[in-house]
Parts: sequence; C-alpha cells; structure tokens
Amino acid sequence: MSQSASLPVQTDLKQLATDVVAKARKAGATDAEAVVYEGDEFSALVRLGQVETLKESGSRAVGLRVFIGQRTASTSSSDFSAESITRLVDGAVTLAKITSEDPFAGLPEAEEFGQLTGDLKLYFEDVNEQPPAERIEMARRCEAAAMAYDTRIQNSGGGDFDTATSHKILVNSRGFVGEYRRSYCGFSASPIAVDEKGGMQRNYWYSSSRTTKKLESPEEIGEEAARRTLQRLGARQVKTQKAPVVFSPEIARSIMGNIFSAAEGDAIYRNASFFAGMLGEQVAGHNVTVVDDGTMVLDGIGGFGTTPFDAEGLPTRRTVLVERGILKNYVLNTYTARKLGMKSTGSAARGLAGNPGSGAHNYYLEPGTMTPEEILADVPSGLYVTEVMGFGVNLVTGDYSQGASGMWIENGELAYPVEEITIAGNLKDMYKNIVAIGNDLVFRGASAAPTIRVEGMMIAGS
Amino acid sequence: MTIPAPDHKRYFIEKLGLSERLMERCLGEALSAGGDYADLYFESVTSTALGVDESLVKSASQGISVGCGIRVVSGERTGYAYTDDLSSERLLRAARTAALIASGPAKELMSGFRHTETPSSLYPVAGASSDAEIAAKLLLIQRADKAARDYDPRITQVRAGFNDELRRILVAASDGTFASDTQPLARLNVFVIAKDATSTARGTSGGGGRVTLDFFEGDKSPEHYAREAARTAILQLGAVEAPAGEMEVVLGPGWPGVLLHEAVGHGLEADFNRKKTSAFAGLIGQQVASSKVTVVDNGLMPNRRGSINMDDEGNPTQETVLIENGILKGFLSDKLNSRLMGMPNTGSGRRESYHHIPMPRMTNTYMLNGEDMPEDIIKSVKRGLYAVNFGGGQVDITNGKFVFSASEAYLIEDGKVTRPVKGATLIGNGPEALKYVSMVGNDLALDEGIGTCGKAGQSVPVGVGMPTVKLDRMTVGGTGQ
Repeated sequence: MSQSASLPVQTDLKQLATDVVAKARKAGATDAEAVVYEGDEFSALVRLGQVETLKESGSRAVGLRVFIGQRTASTSSSDFSAESITRLVDGAVTLAKITSEDPFAGLPEAEEFGQLTGDLKLYFEDVNEQPPAERIEMARRCEAAAMAYDTRIQNSGGGDFDTATSHKILVNSRGFVGEYRRSYCGFSASPIAVDEKGGMQRNYWYSSSRTTKKLESPEEIGEEAARRTLQRLGARQVKTQKAPVVFSPEIARSIMGNIFSAAEGDAIYRNASFFAGMLGEQVAGHNVTVVDDGTMVLDGIGGFGTTPFDAEGLPTRRTVLVERGILKNYVLNTYTARKLGMKSTGSAARGLAGNPGSGAHNYYLEPGTMTPEEILADVPSGLYVTEVMGFGVNLVTGDYSQGASGMWIENGELAYPVEEITIAGNLKDMYKNIVAIGNDLVFRGASAAPTIRVEGMMIAGS
Repeated sequence: MTIPAPDHKRYFIEKLGLSERLMERCLGEALSAGGDYADLYFESVTSTALGVDESLVKSASQGISVGCGIRVVSGERTGYAYTDDLSSERLLRAARTAALIASGPAKELMSGFRHTETPSSLYPVAGASSDAEIAAKLLLIQRADKAARDYDPRITQVRAGFNDELRRILVAASDGTFASDTQPLARLNVFVIAKDATSTARGTSGGGGRVTLDFFEGDKSPEHYAREAARTAILQLGAVEAPAGEMEVVLGPGWPGVLLHEAVGHGLEADFNRKKTSAFAGLIGQQVASSKVTVVDNGLMPNRRGSINMDDEGNPTQETVLIENGILKGFLSDKLNSRLMGMPNTGSGRRESYHHIPMPRMTNTYMLNGEDMPEDIIKSVKRGLYAVNFGGGQVDITNGKFVFSASEAYLIEDGKVTRPVKGATLIGNGPEALKYVSMVGNDLALDEGIGTCGKAGQSVPVGVGMPTVKLDRMTVGGTGQ
C-alpha cells in the first residue's frame, strides 16, 4: 500500500467518484455506482466540571458497486491513492463474476433518477466555525445546571458537546450525479442521583440541531436531565398484572418505529414480517396515521432525516405507510420493489459496501388532540413507560417483550417510579389497541411520536 | 494449542512505509504541550462479506480500512485525533490536535522503544481465513443453504452469510510500548423462515472465531449451523405463550452466559467504578453472588472470538477472576484506569477501530463448572422456565438493572421440560441476581462465537459461557398468566 501524500491537498471528490465509475465500466462492469463520503467530527466530554476527553478528526472513504449483467458486487476503501483505486475497481469486477445472475438486480431505470431542488437547509457553516472553547463551555454549563438542580444529584456521567459535518457524493453509470452536505451539533447531560439508601439512578437529556443557533439553552437541558433523573429515584417493582400502558414520546417513537421495520420490502418479500400480504388491510386503529417524509424542512432547518435523494439516486418523497389504520405502502428500494412488482418509495439506504437496504427519513406518528395530562387523567391504574431495554421484538410474529421502567399511574396521576419489570404483548394487537394519541409531537431527531396509550399488555414484576 | 507468532510489525514497516523514527517524532509532537502519556495506534483491516440468499449468491463485498489514532493522556484528561492518511505530515498534524488536551511544557520523551515479542499466538495468521479462496467460503454458505432447505419442507426462506476480516494493529507509546498483532476473525450465519398453515417463525444460528476455514469442516460445519437454525424455527411454529412473573429459571450451557456479561461484566469495567457510576462501585470483597458462583474473564483461549494476544494498548491479555465463590474480586482495567485507581492493569483496553479511544472491555466471560448434573437441575424445578438460547442483552450500569431476551425456551413442569414457549425478555438486578443461583452444572460450554458487545457506541467481538445454572427467582416477561 502506498502513501497518499502525493495526492493534491484538495482532491475533487465528485471527480474521483466519476473516475471510479468510468474505470469500472472500462474494467468490464456493465453498470457501476460510486459513493464517496467525507466527514469531520468533534466531541468534548466534561465531567464534574473538568474536560475529560476531546476528540477531533476527519475521515473519508469510497465505495463502489458494480454490475456485470445481473451479477453484482461491491468494494470499499479509506485509501484514495491511485493504486488503491485500481484495486477497488479490479476487486469489485472480479468479485461480481462469482455472484449469481439475479433477475431483480440492477440500478434503477434512468427515468427514475432525480433529486429535490432548492435549499433543503441541511448544512450550516456555523457548526464548523464555533470555537472549541465555546463548545466545551456549553457542555460544562449543561452539566453544571444539572448538578446544581438538587442536592440528590451527586455524581455525573458528564456533559458533552458533539459536532459532525459530512459530504456525500453519489455517481452512477446511468447519468446520476448528486451530492449534499449536512451539519449536526448537539449537547447533553447525564446526571446521577443518589437516594438515602445509596441507590443510584442515571438519566439524560439533550438538544440537537443542524445549526448552533437553534440549540436550546444548556441550563434548561441540564435541569430537565436532573428532573428526569430524580424522577427515577426510589423505583420499585410492581406485581404481575394486565393494565393500561402509556408510552412517553421517546418510547412511543420506538414502538411506532417497528411499523417501519415491519413494512420494509426485504422482510415483506421473504414473509419475514407480520405485515406480509397485509397491504390495504386494517393493521392499526382508525386513529393511527404513520408517515415517512424525506422532504421535511421545519422552521427553516432541514429535518434530520431529510436528503435530496436516496442512496440509489431517486428523489426523496413523503410516503404514508399507515393511513387511519390501513397499511397503504411498503418501504421499498429498487431491488425490493422489483421483487414485489412495485415501485421504489425512494427509501434506499446504504453504507460503503454491500447491497442497498432501506432506511427511514423523517418518520412519525401523526398527533392526536389530547394533551399528555389528559391521557394520564383517564388511567385509574396503569404504567407510564419512560424507558425500555432489550431485544425482545420479533418482527416475524409481532411478539413483543421488553424490560421497562417509568412511573406507576394512580387515579390519573404519576404516583411513584417503577423498574425491573417487563411489558409484553403482540405488536399486531398493540397497534389496534392504541386508544389515545397525544398532541405532543416534537421532532428531536429524525423520528418522532406523541404520547400514546395502549390497552391489554401484560406487565411482569414480582 | 498455541502456534508461533509471525512478525506482525513487518507489515507496518514494509507495506505502509512507517518507521520507528517517524513514530518517535509523532509521540514527541503529541507530548509537546505536556501530558503524562501518548500512544499511536496503527490499524489496517481487510474484510470480506459473502451472502447466499434464496439460493443465489446475491452479495459479495470487500473493504479496506487503514488509519492511525493518536491519544494524549494528561491526568484524567484524554485528547484524541485520528487520520486515514499515514503520511508524516498528516500523522504529525493529528498528534498536534491530540496534544491540545494538555497545557504545559513539552514532556521529555523516553529513548527507544521496548519491543514486545509475542512468543506464540492464540490464533493462526498465515493462511488465515482472509487469504483463503473466495470460492471455498462461498461453498460453505451454499452448503448451509442446502442443508437448511433439506431439513424440513416448512423452511421457506434461507439466508446464509460468511464474514471475515484480518485486523493488523501496532501500538507505539511514550512509555516504550512497541507491540503488534494480527487478528483474524470469521463468522458464518444462517437465518431461516419456517411457515405452516397457521404460523410463521424465524430461526437463526451461527458461529466462528479467530479461525481458519478448516474450523468449519469439523462438527462446526455449515450443516450444523443450518440444521440448528431450521430446528429453532420449526420449534417456534408450535410455541405457546411464555409465562409472566417471578419464577424459577434454568439457563442452559453456552450462550445463556450473556447473563454474566450483562449482570456483572459491564458493571465491573474499571472506568465506571473509578467514576463511581456503577452499581458495583465499592463492593470489592463483598458477596455479590451465591458461593457457588465463580466468574472469570479470559482473553487467552485459543481461537475464541473474544481472545486477543494483546489488547489495543499493547498489553498482554490475561485471565482475570471477577467473582470467586460469590465474592467480588476485581475489575477489568486499562492503562488510564489502572494508573488512576492504583490497581493492576488486566490488559482489557480495547477499541472498535482507530476512530475510537480504548476503554476497559470484556474478552471471553464465563462461569466455572459446579458439581450438579444438568438433569438433576431440571428435576428440581416444579414450575419454571428453561431458557437455552438468547438474542441479546442490555444493562443500565448505574442502577444495575439488566435484561436478556430468550429466543429458545421451554416450560418446566414437575421436573420435566415440556412445551416450547415464545421468546421473552428476562429482567434482574446485577448485584442481586446471582445471589439466587442455587445450582451450578458440570457442563460448562462457551458460545458458538457470534457475540458482539456494544459500549459507548463501540463494538468489539466477545465470547460468553456458562454451565447449566438454576436461579431460584427471576422475572420472566411473557404474556401468559
């Protein structure tokens, strides 16, 4: 492997991607697709007021996918030297020869390519311009606010501040050329509270955006982290029982996220999802509408899941997966769409190597009309879940069993914290038994959901 | 059996054009603003992934990643920078970035490296899986595909994958450390879907380790994994609701050892204990498990997925006793935490890649044999759960609560294993759960070699194991009464 010191300082990455595709065609590929990624990251962790770690770096990599007829293979490398690029191309072409003819394999058709035009507000230069000292100060203030909130906050996992910027380029042999830059910044605090018996609890809270100008105040976030931590102190088990379960927005998001996974074409064509063959059927209550939207710009900032095109060069779009309880669309890329005799929903996602999979853009459950307080007020005795743990979700059968913690609800109010319990049911039933949806939809990341109440789940404890 | 170690560092000197002189210059730059310690971590990983799906070779990919991570430690502070460009200009720039953590006069550098030569290796390198013919690897997964389909006509979908990598690492540090290793890793996976008139179920299986391809020619053949995946899927077609609530639980040998990884392993990593954020902080010398329980972390087992000749800070790995006859004995530590805590370094500093700062991590974590016969353990249970395979687990280090999700489990009724039940998550409290261990079998087994552990966003390969174990009470998260 040669050193890449001889490369020009500013390598034109779009030209590199174009060259890689041309070289692959020359080496015998009938089609080729190159992706080039370049990114910078910064992270600072402050613990108990002192800087504990500082990390700052940049990296880049190139991935190539080739087709020889309907055979396909891919290669990737972090080395951009000419010698390495030659090996990348030759390697992919050689590998493709040993794969099988798959009638569904191939790049999208030329007329499908496209990208959203106009500024999607994905990149803000201020994220790179902010001096490291200011970033560290935000992390320090956030942790300090959490520590000062209550005397029971006695330790800390720290306050942190992270930034990341990335540049992605996609070029293929059918004429698609696209690129976009994105920026991210965010901070959080993870305070630890101790009760009179020495029992410890940790929680955290955070703020993130594509621009430093939209970050929340470090003091507000630190205090919220402290409140969320204190709320868990003195948690106990409850008896095994069936009771209504109210999911906080953070957990409702994960429950509803399983709808996305169950609707992914890869699982559908294999019959590996409880949604297989259910298109057009009632899969959830009439109050449930679930959307994946790759085009969203909120308050002048591009959503965390917004991109101008997907990983195969198709324009992103807004796809309604479930409308008033009816399964309207699967989540498809070019391959899974062909397998099912349908059209891609512009949901292709990929890493550097391997065939594209699918991924969510801005994914959410549409809000209802009740406030979270009104939802709780209707529960005489039940569980409010603020955290789930484990790997007990089976998308083939819908069986759901997860560790949980949160608060017990008595007479419509949060009464005391609970932990070391599990909640179980089947997602097929759970989606039909969503009896209340809150009006509290807030996007803190690419996916979001309001508070929901689900009937009929089994709670296991002592 | 161990084998003579090849000269790992030649690759970095000859192929990547690095020199000890350049490394010394980088370390000098890293300590130019003071600091107690600096290290350079060079890494080169080549990986291959092959997939047979619906009996077609649908995917084949290869990747190369090369880079260097530079760390400067000053007291409790760590500065870190990395580069995927190994030119002297970029390396020196990364060293200067990492140096920003310290503020003081330049540190005098030691003179010369202390070369650590590993006399033998826990795993083969020449002719390791990464050098073997692609065709031979493909044949393995094609055999798995066929065996799964032949197992039962109800198997409707089969996906088999083979992944391997060769990871070369070299650590040069300001304390004189100069050590290198070459770590192969291979894994074969099978995923199947079974379908009958009324239900659909999935089954998965897989295994591997730091092995050559011939590993898959013995009893760990592709057919073995394929039949195992198919058997679990067919079994699940007839599974009934898992019970809910507190009950007696018997865990089978092998992969259920993930219990130890979650319940105690993470909580005994030194970083959490130095910061007193672990539920185990301050419990050394105290009873944290039944006296029948002895748990070790052992990175020295030949060919195991979790084994390493040296950790990612250049220290030799070792066998560390974590719990002995129920008493908490020690933590897993790295250079930073052992220095700050005044405790021994257990060679547990690991990292996912050159993009990452090393942390104390597990290798192969398992419980030693007891004296009970596995059949006697089952016989002793009136009504309970017998869980023999798990998906994965998770732990909250601070409050000690952990879960692990059973993927193959049965009811025990009147001392007999009866019906298979659907998957269920089990939950417990780390410093308490193992106090309820009342019987320990004599059938210690390690897992098949598929474990990956995640911590603070970093994944590393690990192993787990244990004999058949009975816990007198644990909460089982089923849906049945």
